[in-house]
Amino acid sequence: MADRLASDLLRPVFQTTRKFYALIALLSGLVLCGVAAWGYQLYYGFGVTGYNWPVYWALHETNFVFWIGISHAGTLISAILRLVNATWRRPVTRCAEVITAFALMIGAMFPLIHLGRPWLAFYLIPYPSERGIWPNYRSPLVWDFFAINTYLLSSLLFLALPMIPDFALIRDRATGLRRKLYASLSLGWQGTPKQWHRLESAMHIMALAILPIAVSVHTIVSFDFSMAVVPMWHSTIFGPYFVAGAIFSGIAALIVVMAVLRKALHLENYLLPLHFQNLGKLLLLMSLLWGYFVFNERLTAWYGNSPHEMNVFWSTQAGEYSPLFWTMVLFNFVIPFPLLAIRRLRSIPTAVVASSCVVVGMWLERFLIIVPSLARKSTPYSWGSYSAEWPEIVIMVGSFAAMALLYALVSKLVPIISIWELKVGEHPRMKAAATVPETETAGELL
Amino acid sequence: MKAIYGLYETPEAAQRAFSGLRASGVAASDITVMSPEPLEEWEFASQDSKTAMSWIAVLGAAGGLATAYLLTAITQKIWPINTGGMPIVSNWTNIIIMFELTMLGAVFATVLTLLIAARLPSKLSRLYDPAISNGKILIGVERPQDSELDRIERALKAADAEKLGRIV
Repeated sequence: MADRLASDLLRPVFQTTRKFYALIALLSGLVLCGVAAWGYQLYYGFGVTGYNWPVYWALHETNFVFWIGISHAGTLISAILRLVNATWRRPVTRCAEVITAFALMIGAMFPLIHLGRPWLAFYLIPYPSERGIWPNYRSPLVWDFFAINTYLLSSLLFLALPMIPDFALIRDRATGLRRKLYASLSLGWQGTPKQWHRLESAMHIMALAILPIAVSVHTIVSFDFSMAVVPMWHSTIFGPYFVAGAIFSGIAALIVVMAVLRKALHLENYLLPLHFQNLGKLLLLMSLLWGYFVFNERLTAWYGNSPHEMNVFWSTQAGEYSPLFWTMVLFNFVIPFPLLAIRRLRSIPTAVVASSCVVVGMWLERFLIIVPSLARKSTPYSWGSYSAEWPEIVIMVGSFAAMALLYALVSKLVPIISIWELKVGEHPRMKAAATVPETETAGELL
Repeated sequence: MKAIYGLYETPEAAQRAFSGLRASGVAASDITVMSPEPLEEWEFASQDSKTAMSWIAVLGAAGGLATAYLLTAITQKIWPINTGGMPIVSNWTNIIIMFELTMLGAVFATVLTLLIAARLPSKLSRLYDPAISNGKILIGVERPQDSELDRIERALKAADAEKLGRIV
C-alpha cells in the first residue's frame, strides 16, 4: 500500500513528459507577455491604460481583490478541515494550500503594478530610514501590507512544514543532484516520535492561528473600500461580505484545480468523487450565503434611497453595468444552485461547471464593486466610464498564466498530495472513521 | 557510534520489539524509534508526546502584540501626522496592526519551537535506514553496553525483524 501510494504520487516528481515542457513554455510565454505589458505601462505611464478620471481603480484592483479572494481556497479551508478532523481532507489540503501561497503572491503584485513608481513600494515597510518618517498606520493600504504579509508568511509555513516528511521520502528514493536537493529540503528528517508529535502539534496550533488571520485579511481588503465615503462602498457589511465571497471563490477555484490535477496527473484513485461532492456542498452553502449578503447590501441601499447610492445602484441593476451584474447573478447563483443542490445532478463534471461559473461570477463581482461606484460617484459632474485597454488585459492574462505556471512547477517538485498524511488515513483507526456514513461526514463538515 | 536496530513491516511487530526491549531491561528513553508516519496510538511511538508548544505560541503572540503596540505608538509620536481628526496615537486603527503581529508572533514562535524541539535541521543519524521511507519501522538502541548486545539482538529478532543491523 505504502509503495503504491508513493509510486503513484511521486511519479510526476520523477518523470517529466514532453507535454509538461510544452505547457511550461506556453505559460512562461504568457507570463512574459504580462511582464512586457507591465513594462510598457511603466515606460509610457498610465495613459496607455483605460484608467481615466474619475475611475482610477479598475482592472488591477479587481484582480487584486479577486486573487486575494482565491487565496482563501487553501489555508483557510485546510485549517478548518484539519481542526474539525474531517478525515476526507487528506488528499485535498496540499492542493488547496498551494493555491493560497501563489494566489497571495500574485494578488499582492497588483497594488505594485498599479503604482506609477513601484520601486518606491518599500515606503510601506516600517524601518528607521534617514528620511525619519514612518508608515501611516491609519491607512488601509498599510493595513493591507501587514495583513497580506502575515497571511502569506503563515500560509507558506503552513504549506512547507508538512512537506518536510515528503521531502525525506523523495530524498531516500532519489539519486545524484536531486538527492542532495531533497536532503537539504528535508532538514535531516528521520521520523522519530518526537518529530512527528511536534509537527502535528505545530500544524494544529498554526491551523488555529491561521483561521482568524484569513478572516482578517479579506476584511482588511474590504476596508480599502468601506473606509472611503464613496457610494455603495461605505458599508458595515463589507467585511463579512468580502470574507464570504473570498471563501466562495476560493472553494470554486479549488474544485477546478483538483479536477485538472486529477486528469493531468492521473490522481483518479486519490481525488475521489466524494471530495468533489463534499466541496460541492460547501460551495452550495457559500452560494446561498453570497446571495444573502448581496440581497442585504442591495436592499439596504435601495430602501435608504440616498440619491448618491441610487445612481450607482441603478447603473448596475438596469444601466450600463447591468449585463455584468445579471451575468454575475447567473454565474454565482442561478447556474450553480441547481447543479449542486439536486442530488441527481451531482457529479465531478457538474461540480467543475458550477465552480468555473463561480470563478467568473466572482471576478465580475469584484469589478462591479469597484468600477460603478467610481464611475457614478456623488455628483453627475464627476461621472465617467471605464473600458479596459490591452495592457491591463494582457497583465491579467499573465497573472492567470503565472498561477498555472507556478502550480505546474510545484507539482513537479513536490507530491501535490501529502503522502504521509494519506498513509495516516490508511491506518485501521482512520479507516474506521472514514467509513462513517456519507450523511454523517457531511454533517461533520457543515 | 555503536548501535543495533531492527526494521519491522507492521506496527504490531514494532510494538513487540519495543515491549521485548523493555522486558529485557532497556529504558524506554534509550530506545530509538523511526517511522514513515505518525503512529501515536502505539506505545512505542507515543514517547515525548508532552509539549509546551501551545504556551510558547501564546508567549510569541504576547511578544508580537507588545512589538506592534510599541511600533505603532512610538513611531506615530516620532512623526505626528494629523489624519482626518484622529488622535496622533490612534488605537482603533492600530488594533489592526497589533492583531496581525500578534498572530504572526504566535506562528513564528510555533515554527521556531518545532525546529528546536524536533532538532531540525540536523544531520541524518547513522542509525537511519532509507527503508523507513518504504514503510518500515525502525526500533533500535544507540550506544548499548557490550554486555547487553546479545540480549537486545534476541529481543529484536524475536519480534520478526525483517532486517537486523549493527553499527560499530
